[in-house]
Amino acid sequence: MGGVQPDKQRERRNKRVGIVMGGVALGMVGMGFASAPLYRLFCQVTGLNGTVSRAEASELDFSQAVKGQTIQVRFDANHRDDLPWDFKPEQTTDTATVGARDLAIFIAKNKSNRPVTGTATYNVTPAQAGKYFTKIQCFCFTQQTLQPGEQVRMPVIFYIDPKIATDPDTQSVEEITLSYTFYPVDPDKQGG
Amino acid sequence: MTTIAATPGDFSHEGDHHDADHKPSFFARWFMSTNHKDIGTLYLIFAIMAGVIGGAISGLMRAELAEPGIQYLQTWATWHNSMAGQGAASLDEAYHMWNVLITAHGLIMVFFMVMPAMIGGFGNWFIPLMIGAPDMAFPRMNNVSFWLTAVAFVMLLGSSFVPGGTGLGAGTGWTVYAPLSTSGSIGPAVDMAIFSLHLAGAASILGAINFIATILNMRAPGMTLHKMPLFVWSVLVTAFLLLLALPVLAAAITMLLVDRNFGGAFFDAAAGGDPVLYQHLFWFFGHPEVYIMILPGFGMISQIVATFSRKPVFGYLGMAYAMVMIGVIGFVVWAHHMFTTGLSVNVKMYFTAATMVIAVPTGIKIFSWIATMWGGSISFKTPMLWALGFIFMFTVGGVTGVVLANGGIDDALHDTYYVVAHFHYVLSLGAVFSLFAGFYYWFPKMSGKMYNEFLGKLHFWVFFLGVNVLFFPMHFLGQSGMPRRIPDYPAAFAYFNQIASFGYVIMAAGVAIFLINIIYSLAAGRRAEGNPWGEGATTLEWTLTSPPPFHQFETLPHIK
Repeated sequence: MGGVQPDKQRERRNKRVGIVMGGVALGMVGMGFASAPLYRLFCQVTGLNGTVSRAEASELDFSQAVKGQTIQVRFDANHRDDLPWDFKPEQTTDTATVGARDLAIFIAKNKSNRPVTGTATYNVTPAQAGKYFTKIQCFCFTQQTLQPGEQVRMPVIFYIDPKIATDPDTQSVEEITLSYTFYPVDPDKQGG
Repeated sequence: MTTIAATPGDFSHEGDHHDADHKPSFFARWFMSTNHKDIGTLYLIFAIMAGVIGGAISGLMRAELAEPGIQYLQTWATWHNSMAGQGAASLDEAYHMWNVLITAHGLIMVFFMVMPAMIGGFGNWFIPLMIGAPDMAFPRMNNVSFWLTAVAFVMLLGSSFVPGGTGLGAGTGWTVYAPLSTSGSIGPAVDMAIFSLHLAGAASILGAINFIATILNMRAPGMTLHKMPLFVWSVLVTAFLLLLALPVLAAAITMLLVDRNFGGAFFDAAAGGDPVLYQHLFWFFGHPEVYIMILPGFGMISQIVATFSRKPVFGYLGMAYAMVMIGVIGFVVWAHHMFTTGLSVNVKMYFTAATMVIAVPTGIKIFSWIATMWGGSISFKTPMLWALGFIFMFTVGGVTGVVLANGGIDDALHDTYYVVAHFHYVLSLGAVFSLFAGFYYWFPKMSGKMYNEFLGKLHFWVFFLGVNVLFFPMHFLGQSGMPRRIPDYPAAFAYFNQIASFGYVIMAAGVAIFLINIIYSLAAGRRAEGNPWGEGATTLEWTLTSPPPFHQFETLPHIK
């Protein structure tokens, strides 16, 4: 062995492996970034981590409302310390009929003497119930600007999918908590 | 494993009078090096220095934890502040200092001690030698890898002198979880730490490409994949893990930078992001990372056990493919680090089961090491003691790993000292024992001098005693519910914490014996023969002189 020819050949093979492996590494970087939108999609599809489903009323069939089967829904409202608002649910609990449309009202009031913009995120506990807790109308991720002293009533229309009673993960769920958190809007931030 | 029919001296070039051993000048040799052995030496020196720094940091932590209450933390934080020209530290800054210490200890030990020593040090030194290659496939890229790692380390140390939110330095833990690492740590320290990870990661990816090209293309004639020594197999699997896992970390921490500095909201719940996504990305890297840290150790232990039992390794193919299995499964178990983030029962069940499956290939390895020793003619030289210590301690760490793999049990033990005990048994007593085993095994080959056998054995026994006294009580602390990453604790935990801190002192004495042994052996060690270990050492590096010539295998060896 030795000689010029095999050396050249080996160098070419080394380069090829190097380039292919470098491409694999770059591909994995791409996969890492792609995971951000994919993950959001995945959460919405599977209800992972208590991601609540969103739907249009026209898509839903309310005829399957299960008479007499109810789930206690608790409403929880939070806001970050640096948002000078009062934020609370009108009622803290509601007995919702499974499969029927229901309405909850949250009240927000700006306590400061300047206009403040906030935006809310939400979640349900237990997380497994997220898949079956569908919101038809809500104020999530829309920016709300409240004038000094202004108070608004914000409705949430939701519906609990009757399949909740047949999923082994959720059939023993008797109570669901819907939690909203309001954050001040940072004008620079864009959804990721 | 293959037996190579070659006698010492066959390829040692002693008759060659061309310039095989011409060495460049000092600066060119050590700062612009493209020689795999010199780069390996640089990596080993670097790793020992980083290990001493990272170990000293854990000494600070054990001193503070020796008694309940805050003893020294505020004094240290004030001293730390004064180095950056700031005044006395508040209690909050002292607590932040604790976070900086745990972060630095974790990052240094993972990225700047274990990985450089295993892959950069022993990998660079012995992969080309073991496969009969003259050097690595891309010698210049090898040099780039080393110096990127060195710059990354300086960057990480530098981050502790700039503001990181509550106080000086990055106090995010080695996991750099958002939102603590984004909105929770204002100031350049975390940016610097993240950038340091970028550099270290880039260095490791380049190194991984280099190893893959070397192992796939540079093998001597006759050295088929299924004849490669197990250490070469272990580095090949490790290189693929690095190649697939590290870019994901790079993406995740780049997203952190975007969230921190450019108004992004990947992990900001307020703008529709999800901090849990960061955890998924981090652990998609983080779990393969723990195998990156232990697989080369597996390889070294296989060589050493076979050498000192004077038997080929039992079940060579099983051993090689067990490592491949561990690598593959290692990519699909990451969420067992996230059992408490609200995963559904089914997801937890999957990750529990998949995690436990890893015990199968690992069990194959432990079994085969024992079967290799069975009926062998064992000599208890220092490297063999470390290898036996490794097998014993790694098994203990593996058993607590099976306990923690259970999603239900993890709900109780998550983020307690039980977890700390577990991963120190597999890393501080697993990876580190294999590093010491490899160091003593190859020290004669690398330096041309024999180490001192008495000091080596003393080092082993003192270190073995020290780390067990240090880490075993942590199991009890964790089971009683002591949380990790907290500088203070109720008096009920005082007893075992004090014992653990005594253990640290014993372990530190062991490290001192190690350093003395290196200095003594380099200065006054007996000259080592080409193969000081006798007929059990069958791999190609033992057919060369000790130390090997500056350029080896210019005439490629033929493996029968």
